[in-house]
Amino acid sequence: PVIRHILLLQPAVSVGNVGQLAIDLVISTLDMTKVGYFYTDCLVPMVGNNPYATAEENSTELSINAEVYSLPSKKLVVLQIRSPFIKNKYRPFCETLLSWVKSSKCARLVLLSSSHAYQRDDEQLLGTPLRYLLTPDLEKAVGGRMQELNWKEMEKVAAYPGISDTDKVLHIPGGGITKLLFTESCSKGIQMAVLLKFCSEGDNIPDAFVLVNYLNEWLQLIKSEVSTSNNSADPSSQWKIPSSWRLLFGNGLPPALF
Amino acid sequence: LFGEVVVAPSRAGLDEEEEAREETPEDREIRREIEKKRYRQRCLGGEIDVLWTWKSGGCAEEPLVCSRFIVAIGRNAAAFLSSFILDSVCWEVVGVVKLWNEWCRTSSTTNVLPTDSFCLFYRLISDPTVLLCQCSCYVAEDQQFQWLEKVFGSMQKKGLQVTILSTCPVADYKTQESTLTLASPFLKALKTKEFQDQVCCPLLEQPNIVRDLPAA
Repeated sequence: PVIRHILLLQPAVSVGNVGQLAIDLVISTLDMTKVGYFYTDCLVPMVGNNPYATAEENSTELSINAEVYSLPSKKLVVLQIRSPFIKNKYRPFCETLLSWVKSSKCARLVLLSSSHAYQRDDEQLLGTPLRYLLTPDLEKAVGGRMQELNWKEMEKVAAYPGISDTDKVLHIPGGGITKLLFTESCSKGIQMAVLLKFCSEGDNIPDAFVLVNYLNEWLQLIKSEVSTSNNSADPSSQWKIPSSWRLLFGNGLPPALF
Repeated sequence: LFGEVVVAPSRAGLDEEEEAREETPEDREIRREIEKKRYRQRCLGGEIDVLWTWKSGGCAEEPLVCSRFIVAIGRNAAAFLSSFILDSVCWEVVGVVKLWNEWCRTSSTTNVLPTDSFCLFYRLISDPTVLLCQCSCYVAEDQQFQWLEKVFGSMQKKGLQVTILSTCPVADYKTQESTLTLASPFLKALKTKEFQDQVCCPLLEQPNIVRDLPAA
């Protein structure tokens, strides 16, 4: 029998908005079709015109804070979240989302997220800034693949830093709903993975590329071309930057300034 | 002060558990006061209340039939309606929104001064399905959804066309050139697919967005 694995990919609203930027790259590059939206009171309202517009004709479609895109050929469904959560709405949102995941045929949930780089301990400062987490149900299915890819699992930290002999807990500072969604998924038996990057606020476009390439190592959403000149795979150039990423750091300067 | 460590705010917003830990005693006191006030308001029949004054003792559940709804959000837009559209001959007050948040409080009076914070509904006497809303008060993030549900919930929408008027600072407008040289004020629009009429001005280009109540 063919196993249907519809994968729901979404970001956490987290430090540097890296997950959301990475999702923008996925939607834009794979030219995904918008299939719906979440009408929710959990996110700050916002509206604008099509952020993935490529021409005059497709630039006037309205876009709001939580929209769903799909790519049937890859059995991929993507939820993009564009605004921050309203106070006290983390839990209601997670509950609604997870019950939607369970009731629809989304077999797997993958969350792209990030965590404050300055909160790393000495060991985490060395090596890769990328981490993953798998719920027990997904661990059974793909745990082996993560070993092959030589990925690093997110470490648990001492509940009371400085005091040895305490319980180790999962701590994802700056991760928004990441920890809540992960722990809820574990307890509800959902196959869920978290992919995150340690970073700080700033120009997070490079972080988004790193994270989306990390995702690609596993899911192979786009082909990573091997460059003949230096014999290494550099998929960065294959991701398409959406038109809405213009002017991230302000307008042009007034000529009178000079 | 020199040497003070300040936690940089994150674009991602505050973690819910982080927020609880970083609260100073003053913050906690303020938060408790706000919660107490909001709770009191809730007990008095809802944090946001829409009071329709056109019902002369009739059934409160009867919806208002509406074909055109014009909403002016913010002081500028509200002032525009006051200056150019509203008058006591053609328009009558039919409702008011009562709400309270940390920034403003409205009351149930319909006799307001331009400097007050208010949210009033008017109806065109010659065509009672044309409704107008002047909302000069700030509707907080966590009240916007409720505002929507309560206002639109009282309407029977008959081929309803909604027009939202609002203003934003020119400095917030994102464009290739500097906003210093931009001829302002200027109009931009956003419209749904279903809106078939001619729009009187250019559409809002990316990466500009609209937020808060107009967006909701």
